[in-house]
Amino acid sequence: MLRFVLRRLALIVPTFFGVTLLAFALIHLIPGDPVENISGERGMDPARRVRLLHQFGLDEPLPVQYVRYIGHVLRGDLGQSLTTHDSVAREFATLFPATVELAFFALLFALVLGLPAGVLAAVKRNTVADYAVMGVSLTGYSMPIFWWALLLILFFSVQLGITPVSGRIAVQFDVPPVTGFMLIDTLLAGDLEAFRSALSHLVLPTIALGTIPLAVVSRMTRSAMLEVLREDFVRAARAKGLPRWSVIVVHALRNALIPVVTVVGLQVGLLLSGAILTETIFSWPGVGNWLIHGVQSRDYPVVQGGVLLIAGVVIAVNLFVDMLYGVVNPRIRHA
Amino acid sequence: MIKRSNHRVVSFAVLTLSALTAASVAAKGTLVYCSEGSPEGFQPQFFSTGTTFDAVSVPMFNRLVQFEIGTTNIVPALAESWTVAPDGKAYTFKLRKRVAFHGNANFKPTRDFDADDVLFSWNRMADENQSFHKLTSGQTFAYFDDMGMKNIVDRVEKIDDYTVRFVLKRPEAPFLADMAMDFASILSKEYFDTMMKKGTPNAADVYPIGTGPFQFVSYQKDATIRYKAFDKYWGGRPKIDNLIYSITRDATARYAKLRTGECQVMAFPKPADLDAMRSDPQLAIQRKEGLNIGYIAFNVERKPFDDKRVRQALNYATNKDAILKAVYQGNGQVAKNPIPPILWGYNDAIHDYAYDPAKAKELLAQAGYPNGFDVDLWYLPVTRPYNPDGKRMAELIQADWAKVGVRTRLVTYEWAEYRKRSKTGEQTVMMFGWSGDNGDPDNFFVPLLGCEAVKGGGNVSRWCNKPFEDLVIKAAQTPKQADRAKLYEQAQVIVHDEAPWIPIAHSVRFDALRKEVHGYKMDATAHHYFDKVELAAP
Repeated sequence: MLRFVLRRLALIVPTFFGVTLLAFALIHLIPGDPVENISGERGMDPARRVRLLHQFGLDEPLPVQYVRYIGHVLRGDLGQSLTTHDSVAREFATLFPATVELAFFALLFALVLGLPAGVLAAVKRNTVADYAVMGVSLTGYSMPIFWWALLLILFFSVQLGITPVSGRIAVQFDVPPVTGFMLIDTLLAGDLEAFRSALSHLVLPTIALGTIPLAVVSRMTRSAMLEVLREDFVRAARAKGLPRWSVIVVHALRNALIPVVTVVGLQVGLLLSGAILTETIFSWPGVGNWLIHGVQSRDYPVVQGGVLLIAGVVIAVNLFVDMLYGVVNPRIRHA
Repeated sequence: MIKRSNHRVVSFAVLTLSALTAASVAAKGTLVYCSEGSPEGFQPQFFSTGTTFDAVSVPMFNRLVQFEIGTTNIVPALAESWTVAPDGKAYTFKLRKRVAFHGNANFKPTRDFDADDVLFSWNRMADENQSFHKLTSGQTFAYFDDMGMKNIVDRVEKIDDYTVRFVLKRPEAPFLADMAMDFASILSKEYFDTMMKKGTPNAADVYPIGTGPFQFVSYQKDATIRYKAFDKYWGGRPKIDNLIYSITRDATARYAKLRTGECQVMAFPKPADLDAMRSDPQLAIQRKEGLNIGYIAFNVERKPFDDKRVRQALNYATNKDAILKAVYQGNGQVAKNPIPPILWGYNDAIHDYAYDPAKAKELLAQAGYPNGFDVDLWYLPVTRPYNPDGKRMAELIQADWAKVGVRTRLVTYEWAEYRKRSKTGEQTVMMFGWSGDNGDPDNFFVPLLGCEAVKGGGNVSRWCNKPFEDLVIKAAQTPKQADRAKLYEQAQVIVHDEAPWIPIAHSVRFDALRKEVHGYKMDATAHHYFDKVELAAP
């Protein structure tokens, strides 16, 4: 197990360089630069343009800029946003909890609905229930997030008026940001009204972001269950006379969960990228929103730093999932 | 056992349902404005976007002079009156007395606004040796630099506690309009000094203190900005107690929030939504002619556009009414001059080039192009305030010009790239535009058609015409507005005749509000002012 973990940790170094290089290269490939972004339709005095490019460190050849950037990163300095001049790391830390909260609930939504749906579809294979679950999940998987989000808003918030349109909490609640997780912070402030408001604001974004993972989890669970239900030990358990639910849940599902756990780990990366669109539509103040704005204003430090940090999170989560996989599946542990 | 789990299920369901239906009615006396983006910071001197100004200098700061709301007329603000020296090179302002500054947890002002604050605010930007000038590493004084203030203002003098004099390097009539701009907001010297003494000099730029109608309460990054009414505001306490900016980047989401009442005013409605908004009994739409121009520029340094006849021909060949209908959906006015009609100095006597393809063909033949020619037409890739759909406009123009034998290839680049290339003269014919900053005609003519601007890149037709230049420079140095207007009128005659552009349209701007918002007026420079607004019972 230890060797397994160490081997995975060693991979982090090349991954780190790969991610930074990719982020750096891609953002610089987009035409335009942050100085251009400031000047708008107005021309800029050429001397001032040169001065600004120098101030932002953009007048040197790209490889030099990259090496300098890496040097700073290794010292823990992710630079300053070119628009707000705030530390990139601090902006990320302020905004990340919002994204985590959203991703967590979307994942929870996907699991709480997806696992039972997949089990149901597998157990009632080739019946109406199976087709219904698979049909709905295929539809959910095919819908673009931003379109689905707008539909949800227009129907539930505007037409029916039962959910709020956007934001994390109704504007009249000024909750001191202790942890950055709105549900926790409202409870810490002892404000039940605010807690309820935060909860209601989570509903639509969770559904919008969680629909695709829900589809994936339900399909994955279904096919994993189908595999396992065919196994000899399941037949043996049934033959032993165990109750149906025990066979399905205790014996079959527990084994079917193994591939599902891996998929969930991969889903975390997808959730973070899906969060970008969801946050934009729902004005959710997280890192997705922040990154999009950074790309639009060519805020290189924000994009590079943001991508690096998010990649770091995804790597960490997948490492954890791999270790969890080792715990869940003894065959891996003893390999 | 079953009963208990049922009970838990039921109470969870009740909690969920009540959470879902919790109404989000803000407290009475609170106005919620759905803004279109996050401010870059809370400092009026560093940044140059309208979004930041709306969040900073508009609610929290004042300037020496301001625009009478809805117009480009300059009226007193922190300066009660002013005199201009006969040579136009000195402006003496008499400052308003008993103007209070905001306070916050770390700062309680001990004195009212006076001349020291004016000098501090200006010198911070102008004087490289001023202690706070140097602290802005990485920051720039965007507008101060862009407007070339260093070449205009020589120094600021304190005559007494309530009199300051700006001494200019040359007579510059638009100077007064420049002083109404956001970058010229007045900061509190005492606040900056106090923060420096406390060892937290940067705090003064992060937590704003001004003289404006609202004071800063808090900012949740990318989510909400909270202000509260400043009781001691010299202009009279605002009628609303709290002002909240709910940052909502997506225009459809803003509209949805306006409909549900989560906000009462929204920024930048989508033109496609306007009809639905107009027929909604809960909403009201206000409109204002934009201080802007959308145009097609000919690069006069390239053949065949060095020939005036070709440029005029294409003016005749373009059907502007059709463009106004199809692209602007009627939300605008056809343009015949570079400046919009709401700006003083507009020459209404000019007769626009009529839509006359026959005349166009005739002129082209005279210029030696009886069979037309091929040309690249650059079009805008993004929506701008002066042009909602560049591609559509380009297609219409392409069709129009084809009728007179001019074959166009439509070209575009990503927005930042588009602007970057335009500054180096790569374009032959290009679509562009401009939104005015300070309600002065100089702010259109010089950056767009002036000779200096060819170098700086803002003059994308690269047209430099001596008689025009002389008129515009003279107008900038003439003190009386009536005299300046006459000079600008003559300048417009030259522009019309020489036709470096096809002026297409001035757009109309809209703001959408809920009916219970009273007293809101649209600003000519596209800012959003809430100091005179009150909320009726919904």
